[in-house]
Amino acid sequence: MALLAVPVMVGPTFAADSQVEETVVQLAYAVDTFYLLMTGALVMWMAAGFSMLESGLVRSKNTVEILTKNVALYAIACIMYMLVGYNIMYGGGPNGFIPGLDFLLGADHTVDEVLKSGGKVYYSSMADFFFQVVFVATAMSIISGAVAERMKLWSFLAFAVVMTAVIYPVQGYWKWGKGFLDAFGFLDFAGSGVVHLCGASAALAGVLLLGPRKGKYVLGKNNAIPGANLPLAALGTLILWLGWFGFNGGSELKISNISEANAVAMVFVNTNTSAAGGLVAALILSRFWFGKADLTMALNGALAGLVAITAEPLTPSPLLATTIGIMAGLLVVAAIVFIDKAKIDDPVGAISVHGVCGIWGLLAVTLSNPKSSLVAQLAGITTIFAWCFGTSFVVWLLIKGIMGIRVGEEEELEGVDVAECGLAAYPEFTKE
Amino acid sequence: MKKIEAIIKPFKLEAVKAALTAIGVTGMTVSEVKGYGRQKGHKEMYRGAEYTVDFNPKVKIELVLAADQVDRVVDTIRGAANTEKIGDGKIFILSVEDVVRVRTGERGKTAI
Repeated sequence: MALLAVPVMVGPTFAADSQVEETVVQLAYAVDTFYLLMTGALVMWMAAGFSMLESGLVRSKNTVEILTKNVALYAIACIMYMLVGYNIMYGGGPNGFIPGLDFLLGADHTVDEVLKSGGKVYYSSMADFFFQVVFVATAMSIISGAVAERMKLWSFLAFAVVMTAVIYPVQGYWKWGKGFLDAFGFLDFAGSGVVHLCGASAALAGVLLLGPRKGKYVLGKNNAIPGANLPLAALGTLILWLGWFGFNGGSELKISNISEANAVAMVFVNTNTSAAGGLVAALILSRFWFGKADLTMALNGALAGLVAITAEPLTPSPLLATTIGIMAGLLVVAAIVFIDKAKIDDPVGAISVHGVCGIWGLLAVTLSNPKSSLVAQLAGITTIFAWCFGTSFVVWLLIKGIMGIRVGEEEELEGVDVAECGLAAYPEFTKE
Repeated sequence: MKKIEAIIKPFKLEAVKAALTAIGVTGMTVSEVKGYGRQKGHKEMYRGAEYTVDFNPKVKIELVLAADQVDRVVDTIRGAANTEKIGDGKIFILSVEDVVRVRTGERGKTAI
């Protein structure tokens, strides 16, 4: 009976097989596109994290202005990257150094194109754009905290236009757009370098040209300027922590089979545990170094762990990921104190968190990924820093010459909320 | 009539109010103030850098009463606000010329 049954089954099974196969491809496409969109939405939410963190760590007289910068830079990044940035980054180029130039977004994949690609095309190109655009906004968000409380609103937004249209996309092309850094073997999974070091380098250039806040370094003394609202800073950090699951988890770009799903789960676990390691290390170090448990340092520690694991959240074991986070947590506290002592005024510690720990993360790739090389990582670090710092410095300098970058002394003392936005964050409370 | 202005540590307000109520004081005005005396300010750490808090937060209690009640009230405030540590505050006693109750226009002791 069994022998008889076999030939009867053959005809319809072949037809059903190809139909099932097509349905599987369609479903996998839908799942991977959905995954990219949802993780992109998580990364978008990091804009809320940066807004809350930064408004918590500045004084209340500068709250409205830092919030305005954060929401406006997000919107500018979305528009500029759609207009030209995305094409510079992913449009291909003649030689790996010079990116192509094109504008706007092309049409999405057709059903035929996907089915005939043999698995090469597995998610929507619009979803890809959406996932990429929220990363640009993250890089730009890093800068607003470092230049807080003293930079002119419109000069900052002018810089945001250039940063998100050109500076970020060009170095993004060198790595993620299959440019020369990628060819050289430089590894950066989700952007410790392309996003975080890039943003921090641009921030450093801005801070150096801008100078410290009034009253920060007086008569050789280094004065602390406490943030206005630590509940907001803590909330902002936890929002960023949540968003990071999209940032790193989404960067796997695929989830629709067992090994990809496992990889995504691994990335989630490592991202989480590295943040935890960073927080605990920074908390303990600040307790022993300063005598008190400094919440803001603990928050920076968590972010330091997140930035550091971003370059390679897949290959480390969870224990190694925790260790990478712990190192980042220790490093960030030391870097914040050192940068402050060097009289570089960074109110939220953005340069230490995203720059110093971004570099650490890129180097830490060599601890677990057998395909990595120290030379390629160093080349990537040097290139990204040189490009982002150099071009940003020139752009900041141009903006300084044309419209100025710093508010007047009286405006700064009175607070940029009233001077730039004509609003107080808490009009029903008297100010000091 | 006398006015008592007592500057005390903020966390002692509840204890002082309870003690004064217990001896029959029926009203007071309280405000949050900042200042320093012998205690001076203190230093705090924020992100690895020191900053000085020059003015410490205090609570000021103001009450007006008949002159013969002053000693008892001052003793009560001292008793309740004392932690035997520097920064416990001060009590000022001032003479009051007159008191007017807004609602009725009564004056002097009956208006207290």
